[in-house]
Amino acid sequence: MASSSGKSFLGRFGVHIAVFVFVAIWTIPTLGILVSSLRDKDQLIVSGWWTALSTSSQTEAGRLPGASAQIEKDGKFVIEGNIFGDGPARNISAFGIKAQQPTQYEAGTVADLGEGVSLQLNADGSFVMQSPKAFEGDRGQRVYYASSAPPRFTTDNYQTVLFSEGIGRSFINSLTVTIPATIIPILIAAYAAYALAWMRFPGRALLIAVIIGLLVVPLQMSLIPLLKLYNGVGLFFGVPAKTYLGIWLAHTGFGLPFAIYLLRSYIAGLPREIMESARIDGASDFEIFVKIVLPLSFPVLASFAIFQFLWVWNDLLVAMVFLGSGSDQLVLTGKLNALLGSRGGDWEILTTSAFVTIIVPLIVFFSLQRYFVRGLLAGSVKGG
Amino acid sequence: MTAQILSAIFTIIIGVGGCVVYYWGANKILDAVFPSRGVSGAAAVDNLRRQGLIRPWLFVGPAMLIVTVYLVYPVIETLRLSFMDRGGENFVGFANYSWAFGDREFRNSIFNNLLWLAVVPAACTFFGLIIAVLTDKIWWGNIAKSLVFLPLAISFVGASVIWKFVYEYRAEGQTQIGILNAAVQYLGGNPQVWISTPFWNNFFLMVILIWIQTGFAMVILSSALRGIPEETIEAAVIDGANPFQIFWKIMVPQIWGSIAVVWTTITILVLKVFDIVLTMTNGQWNSQVLANLMFDWMFRGGGDFGRGAAIAVIIMLAVVPIMIWNIRQANREGGGGH
Repeated sequence: MASSSGKSFLGRFGVHIAVFVFVAIWTIPTLGILVSSLRDKDQLIVSGWWTALSTSSQTEAGRLPGASAQIEKDGKFVIEGNIFGDGPARNISAFGIKAQQPTQYEAGTVADLGEGVSLQLNADGSFVMQSPKAFEGDRGQRVYYASSAPPRFTTDNYQTVLFSEGIGRSFINSLTVTIPATIIPILIAAYAAYALAWMRFPGRALLIAVIIGLLVVPLQMSLIPLLKLYNGVGLFFGVPAKTYLGIWLAHTGFGLPFAIYLLRSYIAGLPREIMESARIDGASDFEIFVKIVLPLSFPVLASFAIFQFLWVWNDLLVAMVFLGSGSDQLVLTGKLNALLGSRGGDWEILTTSAFVTIIVPLIVFFSLQRYFVRGLLAGSVKGG
Repeated sequence: MTAQILSAIFTIIIGVGGCVVYYWGANKILDAVFPSRGVSGAAAVDNLRRQGLIRPWLFVGPAMLIVTVYLVYPVIETLRLSFMDRGGENFVGFANYSWAFGDREFRNSIFNNLLWLAVVPAACTFFGLIIAVLTDKIWWGNIAKSLVFLPLAISFVGASVIWKFVYEYRAEGQTQIGILNAAVQYLGGNPQVWISTPFWNNFFLMVILIWIQTGFAMVILSSALRGIPEETIEAAVIDGANPFQIFWKIMVPQIWGSIAVVWTTITILVLKVFDIVLTMTNGQWNSQVLANLMFDWMFRGGGDFGRGAAIAVIIMLAVVPIMIWNIRQANREGGGGH
């Protein structure tokens, strides 16, 4: 393969650039929400996340203290203090006294306000206003200033989202849905796959064809009858129609064709000799399955488990149909969808919630990527 | 919350335990009813034969039952419901279908779905193939592949939030916090409201699915490229072919099968695309697609099961050719193999 690449230095350099551009396009969007979720929410709405490391500047207005704060010094009336009061200090670059020219004077210079009145505002927020006549009135001078704040990173957003926005609860709900919905189909599919691969019985070929046909049936075909069925069962037995048991079984049903297909093609490829010798030693099919087939099939079981875990964790449609929208049943994807409606412009909430929902799949993905890729190849290349 | 965690753990143990008990117990009972050990030779052979007749069904039984309830029965029932009224009680013939093709929103959905079908599988395959070829030639190729592959693990809803943030719009002159509008403004253009501009918004929604699925195409095609015999490429190099000729005339024809698999898989996915449209626009601004329209009718005005079922059947019809092709392909393989 390497021999076919451009041999010139320019050609190789071009390949590096091209791959770098692709990688950038594919990672920047995710990076955006990660960075934003860690930013101070006031900074997040005034500047792009790509400027998160530089200081952000903004123009603000404040009012100096009124006449009661003045003292007489050397025959002049003086008001002194700090414009930030006791709040966190920021760096002032310029100030002004007209809304139209908020940055008329540089910080530290003395501004002439007319009638002998002067105002000096320093970078640290301290100011001195002097006048030959006594100040009057309770309302002090209005001052505009451009200040810059150093970049602030915080985990406050995560605390808000997890404990007061309900994402923490939804996280638990998602785990409640996902773990059984991953484990149950593995067991059921493994037994069926073994029978379809190694046992002789009438109708086997037909069953395999049905399973392969069902692989591509759109979920949409199942929703309405199952919704009716669940409502009917709920009404008949006087139990809620939307339960965790209901969604586990639904995910099991929807995952089974792929599970059986993937597992069967792997189990069918196990060496015949091992099973024959075990059978000669008097082992039954059940013993062969539990003691030989299951341990040997670990890689494919892991592949399927990752697929099913990601699919169930990331699912929105099945959860919306088979689970309620109360806080005790709303899963992460559903919660995120609800937040998009109710907190549409609050990007500190949305980016943080989104990152919480994707962090588990990302960890699973990175730690088990090998099995994931293997399953992907076995599950689709075989079909072609 | 603690109660829920405890009840979740409890139900997990019950559920998984139940499965184990069934398989173990059913086999124990079978062995007890038809013992093959500790009985006379002839009876043992007889019982072994009976075990052999019954045991396969113990193994495939649960799977068959669940698949029948959750997939086979619903498919038939949906077909029937598509000829019934909104509550599923009275037969209405083809009324739901003729309604659909007269409905403006439905026709818009069909048009958009065709647009998605034309763009997404092609774009994913194209980018996937290019990235697979390029990353094969550099030392950090595996890292690059992992990063392009990563969105495949992200949910459609999560991806929608990620891209909504990319597309975020602020009025002209304000500081843009969406990176796309910031880039447009930096280059001297005017910021746009990307997802509510009819027709073009379809493409901005497609970008999300392409972003997710390119990694899938890349992995499958990358593995197919590795399977190409070195000699064919070496021979082409000796014959003086340039890299483009080698790519198009030597490599692509040899991985045609894998390209077809990628294309059909993503085609099926596109027909079912729902979450992205729901979370980004919910079908507003002419961006509706069939799967979201179907979901909508399931609950709209108390739910119209007839129309919902008819839309589902139309999605299904588009999948049937792929389904038949798959079964044929598998049969051919099964015939030649074990």
